[in-house]
Amino acid sequence: MNDNVAIKLSHLHKTFKLPHEKQNTLKGMVINFGKRGYETQHVLKGLNVDVKKGEFLGILGRNGSGKSTLLKVLSGIYTPDEGSVEINGKLTPFIELGVGFNPELSGRDNVFLNGALLGFSRPEVSKIYDEIVAFAELERFMDQKLKNYSSGMQVRLAFSIAIQADTDILVLDEVLAVGDEAFQRKCYDYFNELKQKGKTVVLVTHDMSAVQRFCTRAIVLSKGKVIYDGDTESATDVYRGLNFESTDNASRKSSRRRQLSGKNIETTSKIVDFKITDPEGNEKALFKPGEPFVIESSVLFKENIPNPSILFTFNNPGGTIISALDTHLAGRKMKSAKAGQTATIKWKLDGMYNDGKYLVSVTVRDALTQDVSSRIDDGCEFNVIGWDMPNVLVHPKIQYSLDVVD
Amino acid sequence: MDRILSKKNRVLLTELVRTDFKLRYQGSVLGYTWSLLKPLLLFVILYIVFVYFLKIGKDVPHYPVYLLLGIVLWNFFNEITSQSLSSIVGRGDLIRKIRIPRWIIVFSSSISALINLCLNLIVVGIFMVINQVPLSPSILLLPFNIVEIYLFALGLSLFLSAAYVKFRDVSYVWEVVLQAGFYATPIIYPLSMITSDFVQKLLLLSPIAQAVQDARYNVVTHQAVTSSSIFESFLYVALPMIIVVAILLGGIAYFRKESKYFAENI
Repeated sequence: MNDNVAIKLSHLHKTFKLPHEKQNTLKGMVINFGKRGYETQHVLKGLNVDVKKGEFLGILGRNGSGKSTLLKVLSGIYTPDEGSVEINGKLTPFIELGVGFNPELSGRDNVFLNGALLGFSRPEVSKIYDEIVAFAELERFMDQKLKNYSSGMQVRLAFSIAIQADTDILVLDEVLAVGDEAFQRKCYDYFNELKQKGKTVVLVTHDMSAVQRFCTRAIVLSKGKVIYDGDTESATDVYRGLNFESTDNASRKSSRRRQLSGKNIETTSKIVDFKITDPEGNEKALFKPGEPFVIESSVLFKENIPNPSILFTFNNPGGTIISALDTHLAGRKMKSAKAGQTATIKWKLDGMYNDGKYLVSVTVRDALTQDVSSRIDDGCEFNVIGWDMPNVLVHPKIQYSLDVVD
Repeated sequence: MDRILSKKNRVLLTELVRTDFKLRYQGSVLGYTWSLLKPLLLFVILYIVFVYFLKIGKDVPHYPVYLLLGIVLWNFFNEITSQSLSSIVGRGDLIRKIRIPRWIIVFSSSISALINLCLNLIVVGIFMVINQVPLSPSILLLPFNIVEIYLFALGLSLFLSAAYVKFRDVSYVWEVVLQAGFYATPIIYPLSMITSDFVQKLLLLSPIAQAVQDARYNVVTHQAVTSSSIFESFLYVALPMIIVVAILLGGIAYFRKESKYFAENI
């Protein structure tokens, strides 16, 4: 292997056998003998990744894309079915902080135990013990049992020991996900230190800002394959795209489900179509800031309705109505509808709504008697992502002037 | 061997054994004293039942010490196997999160048991003095008998602990096997009580029985029936040792094969 390469993964495959109902007993084995009581899950599908020495590699991917499995395979915890893992140097994995911590032991004993798991002998731990305790800010608590520590204290202690690890390659799994702001800052300082020392780091995280700040390269995993390998900027874009796609799909699915639910009203008319599209007419459920969209619905009248009106409302999941359109009030009134007629209404909106999920309802009714002819509640769903500006509801086009007078 | 006993592994082993001991008598008032008290109390019970009421072992000199030594050695075997059995599953948190040699976990359980045995042997020594057992130079051979039991138990432990990851039945099965083994081994009764020559010989083919009887011969009384005194052919004396080696090698092989998948099977 090339001397510049720290980790070389070739054609890595990993499959798990997931029993339908785990056969942990001999009786279960006998009863279900010969039956295929498990399904195989192909988690890693032929990964090829080289990590150069001194590289800070970020691994991105949605839940279930195989990130953690990959980390465990390259840490030697899982054995791959196929392919090879070559490690050049000493590798220390931190899949979790404080592995092996025992709640019944004192903080002091746990430091020595955890140190031993990192390969430190007692005298070696004794030498750095004060430093560890000081860094964790736990001087007064070291003789207490670990079970009396708060979770924050435990994490601090674990982290203080972990950063003492003298190693060439570090494998970190979402360590940033725990701890408060002060702890995160400590994590960042540590990352910077690692970078300066030229250590090789493999980091799994969902924190895009951390990826862009620290990683020199990132890969994106999806369904057990590397779908992107390169600079962090593009990698985070690819990763965001994955999330977009899934939100889009999920929203469409739940819209369809609600449209078919039995709670909808259908008497003298029927709502035959109800969807949200972009201005070109492509069905969509996820919009970027400022992107205009169209709420569209078609109604088939089954009986004559003298003063028909179609009402759209959309609200946020909290129930607050953001906006509404009533054809009867909006000016373009429909003349009486006859049985067999179909009316299609398209409501075009500017993309001024803030980030979040919105639910659209449609009602057909008689404008005078208010009798509801048909209705679908929350039958369409759309999402806006990307404003990154909480606490406002809408983003209207702003024009302003400012005069300063002394 | 260099790699097996690397500094990292030694450090880890020491720390695991230390933790084991710290946690063992956690929260008890007498603490480590229980390591001594437990065999002592058990001995008192067995002594009252077998020597006082059932009047067994009158023909064996120093029968109380003879009895105690047997119990202590059996408990050693019992402790190694039953503690190792659940050790891999019990340490699942380590196995799933970090990379340590899996055998260290089983090995550390067995070392804890070994330390416990040493404490128990002190109790045996005390009773030897009280009972005025004459010291014979053959006592120097005792470590060999312990090694025989230890290796046998270790081989079984490797096998059991790996199998337990997949089949939790193993613990129940093993409990019964241990119970049967306790009565199939001449521990609470002297071997001379068995009238059938064939059964006597059969029992002595067990490595544990062989080691216990040898230990009694070496430490307590030369009247103890041993396999070398009962079998003419050396083959039968060697057979239990061959069993030990076979079990150990088999255990290592099985453990090595299975240990690759511990992390995902636990």
